[in-house]
Amino acid sequence: MTLTEHFNYVVFPILTLAVCFALIRLLRGPDIVDRVIALDLVITIGIAAITAFSIISFQALFLDVAMILALIAFLGTIAFSYYIHKKNNND
Amino acid sequence: MTDILLMILSTIGSLAILIASIGVLRMPDFYLRLSVTVKASTLGVGLLLICAAIAFPDVSVTTKAIAIIFFLVLTAPIAAHMIGRVAYRTGVLRWKDTYIDKEDNELLNNDHQDSQNDKP
Repeated sequence: MTLTEHFNYVVFPILTLAVCFALIRLLRGPDIVDRVIALDLVITIGIAAITAFSIISFQALFLDVAMILALIAFLGTIAFSYYIHKKNNND
Repeated sequence: MTDILLMILSTIGSLAILIASIGVLRMPDFYLRLSVTVKASTLGVGLLLICAAIAFPDVSVTTKAIAIIFFLVLTAPIAAHMIGRVAYRTGVLRWKDTYIDKEDNELLNNDHQDSQNDKP
């Protein structure tokens, strides 16, 4: 079993299952903060998938995309928490 | 040999991410979901980035992977703290079986008051 087959038949199906579970929580979430952490988990799984794809395609350039995605996930969570806090104070 | 090491590390990393995702789906409470998902997903992504650092025999890729791991380890707890504090302030409900230790809370308050009395 080569490395590419292992990534194609083991790692990517596990990541796909994980992103399916996180999307179910993103749709069902009873509160808005549940949706925010589910979206954060989806972006984190996206970073993992980009890293795995850069390993099997021998393109180290894709790791830049993973770095930018990590930055956007952090800023998105901080912005969501700031605006939820602000909206709660105005009510 | 390197391939076997890469297979083991990538499998453990993806299983950690799967455990984080099952936790965010199955846990009964927002705070428990937050506690599960941040730690396990950071561990899984870190293991996959270590895989990338081993797979490419290049110093720049190793530096980039270490930078991403450092950034994730630095920012994931801050984001979790911010969203958890906002959830507590806006009154997100706890699980019905959450146990709050009242005596420990009183002890903390007494310590706080004592330290305030000692100051002047």
